Amino acid sequence: MAGVAVSTTINGDNVEYLCQPDETLLDVLRDRLGLTGAKEGCGTGDCGACSIILDDRLVCSCLVLGAEAEGRRVETVEGMAHGDTLHPLQQKFLEHAALQCGICTPGFLIAAKDLLAKNPDPSEEEIRFGLAGNLCRCTGYDKIVRAVQDAANVMKGA
Amino acid sequence: MRYIRPLSIEDAVGQLAGSSGTAAILAGGSDLLVRMKGGFVEPDLIVDIKAIESLSEIRETAEGFSIGAAVPCAVVGENASLKKAWPGVVEAAKLIGSKQVQGRCTIVGNLCNASPAADSVPALVAAGARAVVVGPGGRRTIAVEAVPTGPGKTSLAKSEIIEAILLDKRAPRSGDAYLRFIPRTEMDIAVVSAGVNLTIDEAGVVKSARVAVGAAAPTVLLVEEAAEALIGRKLDEAALERLAKVCAGACRPIDDKRGTVEFRRKVAGVLARRAAMTAYTRAGGK
Repeated sequence: MAGVAVSTTINGDNVEYLCQPDETLLDVLRDRLGLTGAKEGCGTGDCGACSIILDDRLVCSCLVLGAEAEGRRVETVEGMAHGDTLHPLQQKFLEHAALQCGICTPGFLIAAKDLLAKNPDPSEEEIRFGLAGNLCRCTGYDKIVRAVQDAANVMKGA
Repeated sequence: MRYIRPLSIEDAVGQLAGSSGTAAILAGGSDLLVRMKGGFVEPDLIVDIKAIESLSEIRETAEGFSIGAAVPCAVVGENASLKKAWPGVVEAAKLIGSKQVQGRCTIVGNLCNASPAADSVPALVAAGARAVVVGPGGRRTIAVEAVPTGPGKTSLAKSEIIEAILLDKRAPRSGDAYLRFIPRTEMDIAVVSAGVNLTIDEAGVVKSARVAVGAAAPTVLLVEEAAEALIGRKLDEAALERLAKVCAGACRPIDDKRGTVEFRRKVAGVLARRAAMTAYTRAGGK
């Protein structure tokens, strides 16, 4: 199988890689580029653990081919913090203990970032619907919702 | 396996026609990649149609709307003009999957995946939507209900691609609606569903109607007798009763863990009734 040469932008950096035509973007990120923030939960677009932002759209990276990233902009959880300064969502997830095992967390963070970018002042219901594509088996979601509300308040004040 | 990203629909069709082995068209990938991962399909050629510019836009023309095959449902849901004209089609498209899936999935993909439970299809059938099919011989336009022929099967030839879905310009006093039953609040597959589209006159009498039922037969059903139950009447109790009865009778559902035959029949009638009431209100009827 011939590799596909891809030139893309990931978290603001120009990145080039070779991938197989049937390789998912999730596998490219994790196995070729060492960006292991996005997780593989189900591999079928149900759990949201692999969520990334592709050209300003929240998507499951398990449902995107690596080859499709050509010429596009990819944002992953690795791009959220600035050096040692956490993104307000990350900070609030810590403060509210909005995670236990942590497998779903990068997906939730990216999905919440996308949600707040489009709706800076969401209601609790809007947060719950907005994050319905992300599954968490530990927290019962309440702490996640509160962390997102709190982060939204911080970000509005910023 | 080869992955290609043609820049024109003619090139895409040519590549499909010239390929030996199995080929798959990739738009949103939310069905294709799942089937590839599950080992159900192993295409020799993947034709990604998202670089074909004309396929990525919703166009509003004098005749109505043209929704390109590569337009994600999230974009369909954000189009205010389309939402105003065809709220039932838009609400159906918005029900497919999560926000993540919405960012990728397309109504043409939903149609061509040919699931009897596809959410956007009953709404499109009720709307009288047409599909523009491009093949080596040129373009043809067919009714949306002529595309799926059974679960996972379509009437399209191997080298054919649906370029766009066409929706007519709205007549005054028209409304459409789509409803599905799922045991959760969202992110599930329809157990049964119904789409209704109608136009009324100044007095509130239904002039024309189309009724479609989903997940109740091997393909989405256009139930003409159900439309006849509405035409020429206001949406009175007798008309609604008749609509529900006809829809229940038209179903040929399967019995499975998500619903029994009896349940699906009953709920098909209930949903058709409720969708008709919503469509009627949207048309300005009281």
